[in-house]
Amino acid sequence: MNYSDIFTYMHTEIALIIAIVFGFLYDLIAGKRGRRHFHTVMCVLMVLFIAGTIYPYGEAGEIFGGMFVYNPVFNIVKSILAIGTLIVFLQSDNWLRREDTEFKRGEFYVLTLSTLLGMYFMISAGHFLMFFIGLELASVPMACLVAFDKYKNNSAEAGAKYILSALFSSGLMLFGISFFYGTAGTLYFDDMVARIDGSPLQIMAMVFFFAGLGFKLSLVPFHLWTADTYQGAPTAVTSYLSVISKGAAAFTLMAILIKVFAPMVRDWQLMLWIVIVLSITVANLFAIRQKNMKRFLAFSSISQAGYIMLAVISGTSFGMTSLIFYVLVYMVANLAAFGVIGVIEQNSGGKVGMDDYNGLYKTNPKLAVIMMLSLFSLAGIPPFAGFFSKFFIFASAFEEGFHILVFIALVNTVISLYYYLLVVKAMFITPNDSPIAAFKSDCSTRISLVLCLCGVLALGIVSSVFDCINMFSFGM
Amino acid sequence: MEYTILILLLPFLSFILTGLLGTKLKPSVAGWIGTVVTGAVALLSYWTAFSYFGAGRDASGVFPTQIAWNAVWLPFTENLHIDIGFLLDPISVMMLVVISTVSLMVHVYSFGYMKGEKGFQRYYAFLSLFTMSMLGLVVATNIFQMYIFWELVGVSSYLLIGFYYTKKEAIAASKKAFIVTRFADLGFLIGILIYGYYTGTFSFTPDSEAMGVAKTMLPLALGLMFIGGAGKSAMFPLHIWLPDAMEGPTPVSALIHAATMVVAGVYLVARMFPLFIGYAPDVLHITAYVGAFTALYAAVVACVQSDIKRVLAFSTISQIGFMIVALGVCTSADPHEGGLGYMASMFHLFTHAMFKALLFLGAGCIIHAVHSNEMSAMGGLRKYMPVTHITFLIACLAIAGIWPLSGFFSKDEILAACFDFSPWMGALMTFIAGLTAFYMFRLYYSIFWGKENKELHAEHKPHEAPFSMTIPLIFLAAVTLVAGWIPFGEFVSSNGQAYHIHIDWTVAGISLCVAFIGIALATWMYLRESRKTADTLATKFSGLYKAAYHRFYIDEIYQFITHKIIFACISTPIAWFDRHVVDGFMNLLAKGTNSASWAIRGMQSGNVQKYTIWFLGGALGLTIILLVF
Repeated sequence: MNYSDIFTYMHTEIALIIAIVFGFLYDLIAGKRGRRHFHTVMCVLMVLFIAGTIYPYGEAGEIFGGMFVYNPVFNIVKSILAIGTLIVFLQSDNWLRREDTEFKRGEFYVLTLSTLLGMYFMISAGHFLMFFIGLELASVPMACLVAFDKYKNNSAEAGAKYILSALFSSGLMLFGISFFYGTAGTLYFDDMVARIDGSPLQIMAMVFFFAGLGFKLSLVPFHLWTADTYQGAPTAVTSYLSVISKGAAAFTLMAILIKVFAPMVRDWQLMLWIVIVLSITVANLFAIRQKNMKRFLAFSSISQAGYIMLAVISGTSFGMTSLIFYVLVYMVANLAAFGVIGVIEQNSGGKVGMDDYNGLYKTNPKLAVIMMLSLFSLAGIPPFAGFFSKFFIFASAFEEGFHILVFIALVNTVISLYYYLLVVKAMFITPNDSPIAAFKSDCSTRISLVLCLCGVLALGIVSSVFDCINMFSFGM
Repeated sequence: MEYTILILLLPFLSFILTGLLGTKLKPSVAGWIGTVVTGAVALLSYWTAFSYFGAGRDASGVFPTQIAWNAVWLPFTENLHIDIGFLLDPISVMMLVVISTVSLMVHVYSFGYMKGEKGFQRYYAFLSLFTMSMLGLVVATNIFQMYIFWELVGVSSYLLIGFYYTKKEAIAASKKAFIVTRFADLGFLIGILIYGYYTGTFSFTPDSEAMGVAKTMLPLALGLMFIGGAGKSAMFPLHIWLPDAMEGPTPVSALIHAATMVVAGVYLVARMFPLFIGYAPDVLHITAYVGAFTALYAAVVACVQSDIKRVLAFSTISQIGFMIVALGVCTSADPHEGGLGYMASMFHLFTHAMFKALLFLGAGCIIHAVHSNEMSAMGGLRKYMPVTHITFLIACLAIAGIWPLSGFFSKDEILAACFDFSPWMGALMTFIAGLTAFYMFRLYYSIFWGKENKELHAEHKPHEAPFSMTIPLIFLAAVTLVAGWIPFGEFVSSNGQAYHIHIDWTVAGISLCVAFIGIALATWMYLRESRKTADTLATKFSGLYKAAYHRFYIDEIYQFITHKIIFACISTPIAWFDRHVVDGFMNLLAKGTNSASWAIRGMQSGNVQKYTIWFLGGALGLTIILLVF
């Protein structure tokens, strides 16, 4: 192995590690005055990081004997995740400036970036061990983040539920992986393909492995932690959890299913079929009754994960492109929605009930409009980006012959439209004697919301984004 | 020539700015933004025209078609993609000049006309949107981009017609215009899709290989496209929206319903002209008959209308008929052998845009002065409004085709082209030209001469319009005076080669005679205060008079078909089906969803132990399913 390859193929990870170490040291060394600019410093750092690593150059390659794999399309996914993280950072400042969290801002940044690093390793893994370490690196700091407001009951509860569920899912997954080792004799992705024959033991192993990622993606029936955790966790963390963590898991799942489990394609397609129908339907059924905005978006995100799986089930490179595009579009829309919820929560003394949003348009028209547009995008109404992304995933599944599945998904979009519009109705139509008072949101939240809004409006229309992703995912 | 993209961007930005800021802007600021931007667009257009035609012809003797800017927007296959771009060729450059000039005049004019109106800012925002869409339409590099802007033009026209949205008639008129043109656009879209499907491209100039396959389908595609063009250009029987569209503010009528949007259909045919001539000459001739009939019909109706804007509206329909006829009578692409009509049509489009905008703006001044559209409220206005009077007279002479005004030259070319095609067509169009002279002078005398409505004028003394309104009139009148001398054939001709216009004095003599007869007749009937002859004729032929006054009941026929046949026999059963079957299914779905939602709520208990059981149970359940199947 050539040592310079490490820098060629791992440049993103190395840059991220430097960023983490920098954040850590800055937290220790900078005095009170330096810490005042912590937020700005970290955001600038993220911008530099994204700018430095966004270009997907070079050829695919591997290092450490195939443990770590580089591919230009990985780089695109990683950049999308990094952009999402930057937006979360921008949205979190207002919350982090609060007195009870002010002193542990550094932890937030370092922990968040650590989970991001974990996801990067997970994406680039070429070996199950590497993959598992990445997964854990992404899970454990996440539990700390969920319990970040640890003196608040519901945050602590959310943290406990999250870590317990995560442990259980990791255990199950590890169990599955061990079966693979037993039957195949290797854990290298490349070598395993030849030794997978779809024996009952391997089917069980695959389901257990899938359950572990299904936990991350919060697919039904592995989703039950989602609502409680989303509700209890600080809003910035919830938005991170709902988008970044999900995006990474979805992409990894698709890559592994295509690459490693190719011989068992009929098995995992059936499995996904069931899980998709369950996820979309059950999540929709729960979502229509929710009265808490965060809980409501939790169920919405479960159903969105089901839609993402529609791209996975196709197993084609068009599906891969659609998946990445869907994640990108979902990211901007969901982050916009969570951004609005977060900023309202901060400025109204913690109001997150749907009834509190009644008459929001009268007092905070801009926020209401942003919320509306992002919900429209999530529901897939043209001409917003969500329409195009939904169209592509439906097309990818339809092309592979999953007609009934696409039909069920379509029926469910109608139901989802109902509950997304409930929020819009609350904000615009329902009268309220004491709506949330008008307030001015802080500058960095505004930047993040504008970024998201641009994404919601432009991503679908600017076709070059999709083409660019498409160009690289054909190399998969 | 990359700077040309500014021609589209500037009005778009102005629309965004004035549209978003809305009432936060002071009315005059919004007006200035719109006007300055349009002024800049006009200057850019002139500069573009100057440098484009100044660059000269290429080796084969034509002005080269240039794509100043282009971006692939939506690729379907290698060849089939939708682009957004900026095309420069003689007719698009000519249209740039026409549109930006008229638009600028209307912007200036509106300062005076719309002063103090509620929604002044909105008005200017919409004007900018319209200008942008219309410019985008003419510079489209492919048929689909043209369609996109075509629809944008339709939307902005809808918004502007319905500007007085509290007025019932305006709402009805805007809806009518939108629905009728949209209906026609359906034909256009289907035509585009057929075209794209068979030729494998949306480009205006498919390669010959593709054309070999598509040859048999092209007449159909082009015919359908013409239906779209007929809708926008108000060809019979799709003309019904244009007279009603006069409910919009008068400057809007001048901009949209006289000079720019309504000629979009003519422009479309001209744009597709090489294909029409090459592959579907029969379809082209059909358009000529449609145009001729429309011209005759509208001219007859215009003779008896009493609302001055309606007269102008029908006159517009009739004149667009002339342009379509001129295109339709072409039999080859060579201007010396049967292709003269192309140049004539474009020339008439150019001159007509100027003098018709002038007529409408003049009518706006008159309406501004007497607060009514009806001829009965006018009469004898020449004393009160000298500038309007003179400019209006110039425009009337131009449209009647009197030498040396611009209308004479372009109309003469059209008539010459018609006589080339067939003597009957030439005779018919000459007769219509005579009718044109008659009804225009009937209008002119009724407004400025004849019996004055003293009662009304005593109550409210008519006055000359302010400078912001008269300056555009004077400018346009000046253009009308000299535009005929432009050697138009040097710039635009059917095959791109230079064509020297030479007046055929036999044709010109006949048309001049006919025009004078028309004017003399009108003078005899309407100049004096008492209109004995006119009234006798109206009572003698009261059936014909009434029928023409009611536009030959075409609107009523539409009303009958839509209400009695479509609504009653088709829509009502569908509505029933929708309400009971479709909605019933949806209600069932909603009810089912709701009860299912209640039934499964126990799953989300909040208990981590139970969650784990679901988790493990789910994983095992999936395993079993996979093992069994």
